Amino acid sequence: MTKSSRKVLAVASGGGHWEQLMLLRPKLEEYDVRFATTDRDIAQQRGIANADTLPDCNQDKPFKSALCGFVALWIVLKHRPHIVLSTGAAPGFFCLMAGRLIGARTLWIDSVANGEQLSMCGKLSKRFAHQCLTQWPDVADEPRVKYRGAVL
Amino acid sequence: MILVTVGMQLGFDRLIEAMDRIAPSLEMDVIAQTGHGTYQPKNMTAREKIGPSEFEELTQKSRLIVAHAGIGTVLTAQRFETPIILFPRRFARGEHRNDHQAATAKNLEGRSGILIAMDEGDLPGKITEGLAMGNAEAPLSPTARQLREAIGTFIETGKI
Repeated sequence: MTKSSRKVLAVASGGGHWEQLMLLRPKLEEYDVRFATTDRDIAQQRGIANADTLPDCNQDKPFKSALCGFVALWIVLKHRPHIVLSTGAAPGFFCLMAGRLIGARTLWIDSVANGEQLSMCGKLSKRFAHQCLTQWPDVADEPRVKYRGAVL
Repeated sequence: MILVTVGMQLGFDRLIEAMDRIAPSLEMDVIAQTGHGTYQPKNMTAREKIGPSEFEELTQKSRLIVAHAGIGTVLTAQRFETPIILFPRRFARGEHRNDHQAATAKNLEGRSGILIAMDEGDLPGKITEGLAMGNAEAPLSPTARQLREAIGTFIETGKI
C-alpha cells in the first residue's frame, strides 16, 4: 500500500485542540486525510471545505454525548479510515471508539495543555485506544502512555 | 506593535502594571487584553476582552506578544510565527489555582520563538531580545519534528 493511500481520520474539537491538530497538518496531509471538528467555520478558516462536523459534548451532557457518539460512528462508517487519531476532546474520543468498531488503528494525542496529568479522555484512551501519547515527558507512563515529542 | 494578554478570564494585574510601566520606553503601540483585572493602564490601550478573530489579527500584526503562560496563547503565537514572552502566573501570589503556568514556562524555555520572564525584572531584557527576533519563520523544533515522525510511523505501521 502506498503512503498516500492510507486513509486517516483526524479529529479535534474547536479551540486549542484544533490548533494542535493544525500544527500536525503538514504531516497528516502526506496521507489521504479527512478532518472532523465541532465547528464548521474553523475548518473553513483553514481552507478545509470537506471537513465533517460533529456536536460538541462532554461528560456533563449525556444526551449530547450520545448524539455525538452516533455522529462519530456515522463519520467513521462513511470514510472507513485505516487510522483514526485525535488531539481531543470527547468528540475525538468517540471517533476513536467508533474507529475500533471497524478495525481502524487508533491514536490519542493528549493536549499539550495537560502537563500535570492526562485528560479524562486521555486516561480512557490508555485502555481503549491502540496508542496514547502525552506531550510531556513527566506524564509518560510507558508502555501505555508514551512521550514522542510535542506540537511545540 | 506589542500585544499583551492575560487571557480572557482571570485578571493578572502584576503583568499589566509591569507592562504599563515599560510601555513609554518602547516607542510603539502596546495593546493589552486585561481580563478581569482591576488596574487601569495609563500608557497602553487596554481592553478587557478581545474576540478570537480580532485576537488572531492582532497577533499577526504584532512584532511581539507578552503573555501569561497559557497554552492557547502560545499556540496562536506559534501559528502566526510571532515571538512570545511568557510571564507565568504564580500560585504563591494567588494568581492561579496551582503553579502549572510556571511549569509550562520552564518546559517551553528554549523552544524557537518562545522567551521566558519569571518576574518583572526580566521583562525589559526579554522584550529587547524578542523584538530582535523578527517575524522570521521559526524552524520546526526538535520536539515537533519528533512528534510528526511518530505520527507518520503510526499511520504507516499502526505502531509507535
